[in-house]
This record gives sequence, structure tokens and C-alpha cells, in this order.
Amino acid sequence: MTEVYLNGKYVGDVENPQEFVDHIVTERRKNVLTDNLNVLYNEKNNIIEIESSKGRLRRPLIVVKDGKPLITEKHIAQLEKEELSWTDLVSQGLIEYLDALEEENALVAFTEDDLTPEHTHMEVSTLSFLGVCASLVPFSNHNQSARVNAGAKNQKQALGLYVANYLIRMDMDVNLLQSPQVPLVRSAMHTISEYGKHPSGQNLVVAIMSYKGYNMEDAIILNKGSIERGLGRSTYFRPSIAEELRYSGGLIDEVGVPDKEVKGYKSEKDYRLLEGDGIIYPEAAIAEGDVLIGKTSPPRFLSSMDEYNLASNLRRESSLTVKHGEKGVTDMVLITENEEGNKLVQVRIRDLRTPEVGDKFTSRHGQKGVVGLIVNHTDMPFSASGIVPDLIFSPHGIPTRMTIAHLLELVSGKVAALGGRYVDATTFDSEKESDIRNELLTLGFRENGTETMYNGLTGEQFEAKIYVGNMYYLKLKHMVANKLHSRARGPIQLLTRQPTEGRAKEGGLRLGEMEKDTFVAHGASLLLKERFDADKTVVPVCEECGLIAIKDEYKNRHYCPVCGDDVEITNIELAYAFKLILDEFKSLCVYPKLQLKSMY
Amino acid sequence: MDDVLKEYSKQLPIKIIDEVKKSVPKNVSKSKLKEIMENILEEYKSMKVAFGESVGLISAESIGEPGTQMTLNTFHFAGVSEMNVTMGLPRIIEILDCSKSLSTPMMEIYLTSPLNKGKGIKEYAEKIKETTLGECIKEVSVNLGNSTIEVETDDNKMNILKITKNKIIKIVNTSLKGYTVKESGNLIILKPRGKEDTVNNLFKTKEKIKSIYVSGIKGITQVLPVKKGEEYVIVTAGTNLKEVLGMEGVDSSRSFSNDIREINSILGIEAARQSILNEVTKVIDVQGLNVDVRHIMLVADTMSISGLVKGITRYGVVSEKSSVLARASFETPLRHVINASISGEKDELNSVVENVMLNQVIPVGSGVPKLVVRKE
Repeated sequence: MTEVYLNGKYVGDVENPQEFVDHIVTERRKNVLTDNLNVLYNEKNNIIEIESSKGRLRRPLIVVKDGKPLITEKHIAQLEKEELSWTDLVSQGLIEYLDALEEENALVAFTEDDLTPEHTHMEVSTLSFLGVCASLVPFSNHNQSARVNAGAKNQKQALGLYVANYLIRMDMDVNLLQSPQVPLVRSAMHTISEYGKHPSGQNLVVAIMSYKGYNMEDAIILNKGSIERGLGRSTYFRPSIAEELRYSGGLIDEVGVPDKEVKGYKSEKDYRLLEGDGIIYPEAAIAEGDVLIGKTSPPRFLSSMDEYNLASNLRRESSLTVKHGEKGVTDMVLITENEEGNKLVQVRIRDLRTPEVGDKFTSRHGQKGVVGLIVNHTDMPFSASGIVPDLIFSPHGIPTRMTIAHLLELVSGKVAALGGRYVDATTFDSEKESDIRNELLTLGFRENGTETMYNGLTGEQFEAKIYVGNMYYLKLKHMVANKLHSRARGPIQLLTRQPTEGRAKEGGLRLGEMEKDTFVAHGASLLLKERFDADKTVVPVCEECGLIAIKDEYKNRHYCPVCGDDVEITNIELAYAFKLILDEFKSLCVYPKLQLKSMY
Repeated sequence: MDDVLKEYSKQLPIKIIDEVKKSVPKNVSKSKLKEIMENILEEYKSMKVAFGESVGLISAESIGEPGTQMTLNTFHFAGVSEMNVTMGLPRIIEILDCSKSLSTPMMEIYLTSPLNKGKGIKEYAEKIKETTLGECIKEVSVNLGNSTIEVETDDNKMNILKITKNKIIKIVNTSLKGYTVKESGNLIILKPRGKEDTVNNLFKTKEKIKSIYVSGIKGITQVLPVKKGEEYVIVTAGTNLKEVLGMEGVDSSRSFSNDIREINSILGIEAARQSILNEVTKVIDVQGLNVDVRHIMLVADTMSISGLVKGITRYGVVSEKSSVLARASFETPLRHVINASISGEKDELNSVVENVMLNQVIPVGSGVPKLVVRKE
């Protein structure tokens, strides 16, 4: 007796489990049962599990009977003539979807040659177990699996042509590569996914060598000449959005050039780019602090008393300005209204980004790196035929990572560029390495892809032969221009008087607990004090009760709120955060009495 | 020779002088020895820690940094087979927190000759191991008809353990109350005295019988004779130092447990300090890391300085700190502040943490010396 479970619930027993399972499968293939149903006969535990619930991952496989796939040449011919479609194959039971459960009972052949009578299924294609991104990695069957994974992930972050209608879109935080190219070394997935319609990289001449140590630790060297010719040039778009919000009492925000009387009025210079409607004009060069959309808001906390008070009746300034560290050109202005019918203004900023030191680039093999140096065209190494690499990649990135496909792509790219054709590098189904090498030989180059090269600075010939070729490189969306940050003085938090956090708020760089420990370990105690001086304050303390006293700046006198005027009050220097914790102690009804004594 | 060494006895620790005695040839000339001693003295002085050096923090960093490289949760197989001991980070935490229940309590028992040559060691080890009745019986069954429990003994096992049936009956008799125990054939029959027992109770006692203590040392669940260098030692799972050290044939000067609390209660605080040192060093050595002993010594000292072993937890060493603020900055701040306010505690701001909080010069390194200039 074998127990049967449907979607995890016990439904009954069967006498002959194998027969039962086979029956379910045949009925499913005959379309009597739903196609979304999988069954597992777990012989070890003697149970049958049937699943038809939502959210299972399933993949299509060709059904095999007696070592022969059910899909024959005839079907393929019909498919080519478009007499048959994929859904026909599924409904005829020639292809079926298996989930993780049923795969336990299946024996899947990878290729037709592997088929034996024991096999129950065959892969639709050798590529089909990979996702779209992973199958875009050329020669990926020659790579370590972790690198294919990284390569697939990196491609998602690459800049390219993400949509064709980008000019009329208001997408947040997007990049466009200015002259994207189709890869020379491609896989079948490039054709299937119509990669040519949305390419996201460029074919570069890559030399694998070292250059004055500037490509240590995965850094790469770029040719300045290549950058000037358009390598890795991209545009950054980012809209700023302002809304006319409605408040209680019929008050409303107002877009327009603010009056000089408005609370928080910046300076005339900051508003200079605004037109009469309070919105900036397109194609204006903007820098940090410039106002994009002028806006004023009604005064806060309007009480009945204040209505007679002229001073508090002023509107507040709430304009949209260019954020800290940003620059660019206003690209497009859009005026519309939101769901509530309020006026909505969007201004799109455009910024040209040429590659600079710190920008991130990668090949399609998880070999990512940051630009370490940009070298003048004249100082780059060159080959006997005068070829100058666009990019120099460090050889130390290869041995530990074992990305053989990276090396294969390099020669294949060279063959493709010289031979004027594309090289097919589909996973498990690529052109042969030996064929590519021979072709390179017939093109008049050394078959292993190396060339004699010369030092660009001295003109001397390098002793080693340099491995050069063409590779498809991607510019990733992580650019230093969006990340670079430093601060000496700047904004502080209201509560703690400590520096704000984060680049957007021009924050400080935190010296954390463990970093503090290193100062202590070195005995650099005065340096440590200075480093933590950011919230240093001078506080008057009553010598009598040990609480914080009051200093009246107008009357120029000190007094203690507890003991009165007639006590000695001394100024001490401490961290504002400590003054705060003393206040918190007081709120707990704990009396923190300070006893002062001279430091010397 | 002794005269020269005596001169230095005030400037150098005894241990160093003893070491010199051992390693210097007997016929060394007086001037040569003097030269050696001068060099040692100079080296010794240069090794001294300067005043104001933050040794505690440096120790913490020196143990903590290699700790990040430690493979998490490794089991080290001490000896040939079977015995596995917690090592790596979990073990370090166990030692430093001074946990009450160890995940793998263990003993290493050194033996006197002839046992340490391996003679009769198997039988001896078997004697140490705690044996329960369950191990020397084949089957226990409940006879519902007579409402008795029938125990069938395993004669083979009994021979190895050198236990007779009579002895078993005696043991069962003393540890199980309310039952008469009789031998009948190859069975031992237990009959409830007085009224008939409920079926439920019968089954409960059936399980109880299996865990009755028969022989060996309580707490020791596994024994494993291992050859260590030239001699044989017994490694055990489970500890009971008190009993083991009292046994004949055990070298009580070298046998030890890995339970620091147990060592403290039986051998005293100095032994506990040494065993903290040994256990931490063992873990670090197994991982192939290198930490100066002095860092570990400092930790062992702070843990045992009060005369009791205290873990580095908020209940242990941290609760001993004199500063309220320092205690509050390490876990459960509110509790410390409120308790301090009840007794009116005073914080003298003598240590590092408090002064960092107040943004004052910490009394460490360059913060120690003070310079006052008199105004003219």
C-alpha cells in the first residue's frame, strides 16, 4: 500500500504505485489531466506526491520513449514551416514541464547522443538549463560556475540602450551608453533575445599585461585616445519632481519665482535660471545649489493669533535645487497634474559622463574592475602593426579565477574583427578552439593570439609576447561621479549636534567603535579626542548642585535653575551627546550630579 | 655559578634564572656567565610594557583579529576515532563566557605505570566508563498477565564488565522501591509489592530500569584509550574530575578536564587560570593561528583575579567594573543606571570608555603625562 498525497494532503492509498504514477503521466500527456500537474513516486518512503499548486518552478523537456525522442525530423520540418507551434508540442505530449519533484523520477539526457533506453527525457537545447543572462556569457562552459554567475549578474548592471523612447520618459536614475555595439563573439541567445536591438557594451582591443602597476588588484587601464573617440561615453538622466500640495484650510503650494520677503529666500543668483513661471528653461547649464523649480509653501502652524501677526504670515521657500555634488544640463521640462489634480512639474537633468578613474567596467566573465589610470594614446603600448589597445587588463586576474572563457573570447574576438565575421560562442555548442586558432594563423597572426609589442613610453620592445585581441566590455552603472564624497565641515543633526549621515546629506565619515579602538591601542589619546570633537560644547555647570546651569547672553549673567544666582558657575567642555544623556537620566528621575575638579 | 645568578635574582624572574641554570653548561666561566646574564637582562628590560600602554585593548585586538579568520564551528577529532570536541569560535566563546554546560565536556586521563605502557588499559578504561543496566541486558519486557517485568541479562556483556547476576539484583533492589526482585532461570523478574500496579506505571518502570547506574564513574559516557607520544592516555567524553583523580592508577598530577568551573572547584583558582590559558591556546593552535601567550594570560588573569572564575559577560567581569558609564555602555544600560542611582554611585572617570563618552583625553598613552606651565 502506498500513500498518496495531493498538494501535501493525504487523499488515499493505492495498491500498485508504479502503475498509478505511469497512468497519471500518460493521462497528462493525453491532455485528460491538466498540464500543470506533477507527480513523484518516492520509493524510499513509499509515498506518491502529486503537486498542482501555484508558484512551482518548472522547465520544459522533450519526452523520450525507448531511447528515442518523441520529437522527430518531421516535427522540426513542420516547425520550420510554422505549421506547428510550441503549444501544439506541449498539448500533444511531446514536450512536458517538470518541476523539482518529478525531476527526481526522471533521467534527463543532455544531448541526443547521450540517449539510452533508460532515459525518460531530453533537454530541449543544451542552452535551456541556463537563464537569458547566463546564456549571454560566451564560451560559458569553459568557465568556473561562480564566474558565469557573476558574469550574468554584471550584464544586468551594464549601461546600454534600455528603451528606445527614453527621450519622452521620466525614468529615475538611468544611464544610456552613447555608442553601443553588437558583440563580435556571440551566443545563440544574442539572436533569440534580439540583443542587437538593445546592446549594452563595446568591442575593445584588450591587451593582457601590466602597466606601471596601475592595474593592480583588478584595476584596468584605459586609453585616453579611445575615450576621446567615444569609448564608454554615457549620459545620466535624473528627473526632479515638484508638486503643488494642498494643505488644510484651502492653502496651497505655489510654483513661481519666490518673493524676496519669503522665509528662507536664497539669493538672487540661485534663482537666475528661472523663467517667469518659476521653472528653469531647457538646456540650461546647472551646478550645485541652482534652483530648478521655484516654489513657496504656506506658513506652518497657522493659529488664530498668528493671523494678526504680520511676521509669521510669510510663506516659506520650498524650491527644488540641484542636489549636493550634482551638475549637468536641464534636458526636458514637463508640466502636468497628478491624480489629485494638483500641478506637477518635472525637470529632467542630463549629464554627460566620460569614463574617469574609478568608473567600473567588466567583461562578460565576472572579471570586473575599476579604472586605475587613463593613459595618453601616445604612451600606450603598441604592436608591430600599429595596433594600440583600448584597455589593459592585468594577468593576475586569470589564474585564481580560472575564467578560460575570458581568454577564449579574446582570441575569438580577434578572429572576428580580422575576419569580418561573428564568432559563435554558444554554451556547449560553440566553434572549436582549434578552428579559431587556425583561422587566426591564416589571417597572418600567431595562432595563440600573442603579438610582439613595444613600450609606448620608451619605444623598446617588450621581452614577452603580449596576448592581445578584441573583447566585448561593459560599462557598469556604478560610476564614481555618483559616489565620490568627502567633508571637512558641514551640516549637523539638530538633536545630537553630530554630523549628518550619508552622501546626499553631505554627511561625515563615521569613525566607528573599532576604529576608535585603534587610536586607543596606539595610545594616541589627544588625537582621539580631537577626532571626536565634532559635537564639542561648552556648558556652564553649577558647582552647588552639579546640574547644567543657564547662561543668559543678553543680561550677561549666569544662574542655576535650582540654586539661583548666588552660586559659583563654571564652564566645562564636553561632548554634546553626553549632555544629552544627562538630560535623559533626568527624565528617568536619576540625578546626574557633576562634581568638578581642576584638570591640573 | 650560583653566586652570579644570585646577583640577578632581584632583577629577573625565577623562571628565567632556572632556565639559564638548565641550559648553560656546568663548566661555564664566571665572566662568560656574567655576559650572558647582562644580555638577558637587557632583553628582559626591552620586553617590558611601557607605562600607559593599553594592554587590554591590544589583547582584545590580538585575539579578536585572528578570530575572524577562524573557521566557524569546526569539530576537531582528537585521537583516532569517535571522539569529537568543539573547537574554533564556539569553543573560544564557551571558555571566555565561562559557560556552565559545555557542549563537549572531556577529560584526558594520564596513567601511572604499568597502565601507561598500555597494559590492561582497555579493562581499566571500561572500569571508568559509566555503565547503566540497559547496557548489560538483552531485553526488558512487560508481562501483562502477571503484571511483572521480565529482564533478560546479557551474559557476554556482563563477563566483560565483571558483574554477576546477584550484583545486578542487588542494585535493582536498592534503586527501585516497591518491587520485589527475583531470579528465575535466565530471567530477572520484578514484581510490584502489595497491590497490582497500573499498566502505565509498569511501562514507566520498564524505561527506568534501563537507566539504572551499575558501575563506573558517573558522568563519563565514553572512553577511548589513545597513544600520545610514548605513553597511553584515556580520553573521555563527560567529566568527573573528583572521582577520577581519586582512582588508583591515575596520574593525578597531569590528568585534567576541559571544564574550567570544575577545575576551579576541585583544584582551585590557579589551576583554573592555567586551564583557561591551555584551552584557549589549544583552540588557537589547532587553527594554525599565532597569538602571543601574554594576551591570553591577561584574559585568564582578569577572569580569575577575584578568586572566582568569572566569564567575560555582563554578569561576570563586566559587572565588576567600577565605572557606571562603562558598565552601561556594555549591554542593558538602563539597569545599570537605575541601580547606580539607588545606591548613589560615583563615577570617577578613571578609565577609557567613560572619557571617550565625555570627549575628554583618555588616560592612556599620550593622555597619561600632564604638563602644567606656571604663568609668570
